[in-house]
Amino acid sequence: MTPASDTQISHLGRLWLYVLGVLVMLFLVLPSFIVVPMSFSDSAYLEFPPRVWSLRWYESFVGSVEWRDATVVSLKAAVSTMVLATALGTAAAYGLHVSRFRLTAAIQALLGMPLIVPVILIAIGVFYVYARLGLNNTIAGLILAHSTLAIPFVVVTVAAGLKTYDMNQEMVARSLGATRLRAFLSITLPQIRFSVVVAALFAFITSLDEVIVALFISGGENATLTRRMFNALRDQIDPTIAAISTCLIGVSILALVLIQAFGRQRTPRA
Amino acid sequence: MTTIAELPGRALAADDNAAELAADEKRERQGLFVLCSPALVLVFLVVILPVGWLFWLSLYDAHDAFTWGNYTRMVHSGAYIKTFRTTFEISVVVTGVCVLLGYPLAYLLSQLSQRLAALGMICVILPFWTSLLVRTYAWLVLLQRKGLINEALLGLGVIDHPLRLVYNFTGTVIGMVHILLPFLVMPLYASMKTIDRDLVRAAANLGASPVQGFWRVFFPLSLPGLFAGVVLVFVLCLGFYVTPALLGGGKVQMWAMRIETSVNLYANWGAASALGVVLLVVTLAILYGLHRLFGLHRVLGPS
Repeated sequence: MTPASDTQISHLGRLWLYVLGVLVMLFLVLPSFIVVPMSFSDSAYLEFPPRVWSLRWYESFVGSVEWRDATVVSLKAAVSTMVLATALGTAAAYGLHVSRFRLTAAIQALLGMPLIVPVILIAIGVFYVYARLGLNNTIAGLILAHSTLAIPFVVVTVAAGLKTYDMNQEMVARSLGATRLRAFLSITLPQIRFSVVVAALFAFITSLDEVIVALFISGGENATLTRRMFNALRDQIDPTIAAISTCLIGVSILALVLIQAFGRQRTPRA
Repeated sequence: MTTIAELPGRALAADDNAAELAADEKRERQGLFVLCSPALVLVFLVVILPVGWLFWLSLYDAHDAFTWGNYTRMVHSGAYIKTFRTTFEISVVVTGVCVLLGYPLAYLLSQLSQRLAALGMICVILPFWTSLLVRTYAWLVLLQRKGLINEALLGLGVIDHPLRLVYNFTGTVIGMVHILLPFLVMPLYASMKTIDRDLVRAAANLGASPVQGFWRVFFPLSLPGLFAGVVLVFVLCLGFYVTPALLGGGKVQMWAMRIETSVNLYANWGAASALGVVLLVVTLAILYGLHRLFGLHRVLGPS
């Protein structure tokens, strides 16, 4: 029997580890995927496997004005969050990277705050402050809050990209007469684009999937998809939500595939 | 930026330029600081100002009179103490189960070939990218009375009556473990990859059995990563809202849920704020402890 690795245990001797590992991986992946076939069932009881296949719950999703409005609100917020958080986060990461300011560590800590403070606390605090600013139940308020939640991820991801980038290239461009902005846009940005794209996708998903802050500050005609889903789930298990969930899973997988594609495209050059 | 301070040899070349360059550099630094300010303004508006305001509110009662009552109530009121106990119980159980499931998985992945490990990591990252609400919903569907798991167990004859798997403590724990497991596996896997395999081989060479080699060499070296994952999962548990609210069926009252009901049901901002402030302080204290022990940026940063 050949040893499995430097641990000197045979494959058979640690069969239990392989079995457990595979079971845990199935535990992680299967539950979300089981919703997908269920969403195509004709029954209201979410059978698995479905006895009769149908698009009934997708029709109920697309046909409902409420769900459609909520989807539009969520997509608007997610796209705007992606743009705003990526722009501000990239600017901040770049500023921190090149300035070596005395306060760099303090600023980094401040920018990490949205990640460390429990979301429920941010949610009620923002709700309270927005009530005074008239920003509750507005898309603008939602975008500002979601962008803030996404900024730490953008800063960390872009900072990691800048670390592996040789800043001297930008110096060369500037010494040849390019302004700092031009040098950044035409020399630096293309080379850290992988990090920026990952950060942008993460910001998009952060906003699209966010529940707790949206529960408090989005409402009325500007209620998000996740808020409506959460409230619907409190009453009953509506199969329409299986159809919506399948769509959200699709978006997540698409984002991951995009990242993989960008990563592969980048590797041969690097 | 390469500054003149870093190039002493060249700075001597032109004294006239030195002062000008220093001034330029200072101006540049100030200019670059401006790049951080939009992000800082947002963080101030959405996090620091609201949390500061809540801190202020927590010291006042409904009639705007100063009071410590919102804090002392937490120690005296039975309902609050019960919430804290439930929160800690769930956090401990969830963290424990995450360790039991996550450590073997991270260990296995760290030993596989790069190709297989990448494939395995997809299983960890995919749920991480999937909406938390969707995953909670999936468990709601799977665990309900007529759900897939009960039907399967009934069909196999393992049980006679459907088990109560959801709208209680069990359902909450299952859902939370599923959502938090990646947070344990990722830092743990990253730290296991940095362990020098020659140490385990050396132990074997010196006569250690595989089991001894694992417990006396590998396991102690993996502790910083394990500890980081444990703290991360525990801290996230303390503030969890969505999953216990949906899978707990009103029977599981956690910290964040009490904050929510204080605001939405009782409009008691003082009580909600005080609960939030204590939650924040506990979270920060635990993270600070981790930082002092291992260095937070090292543990959470690059992985």
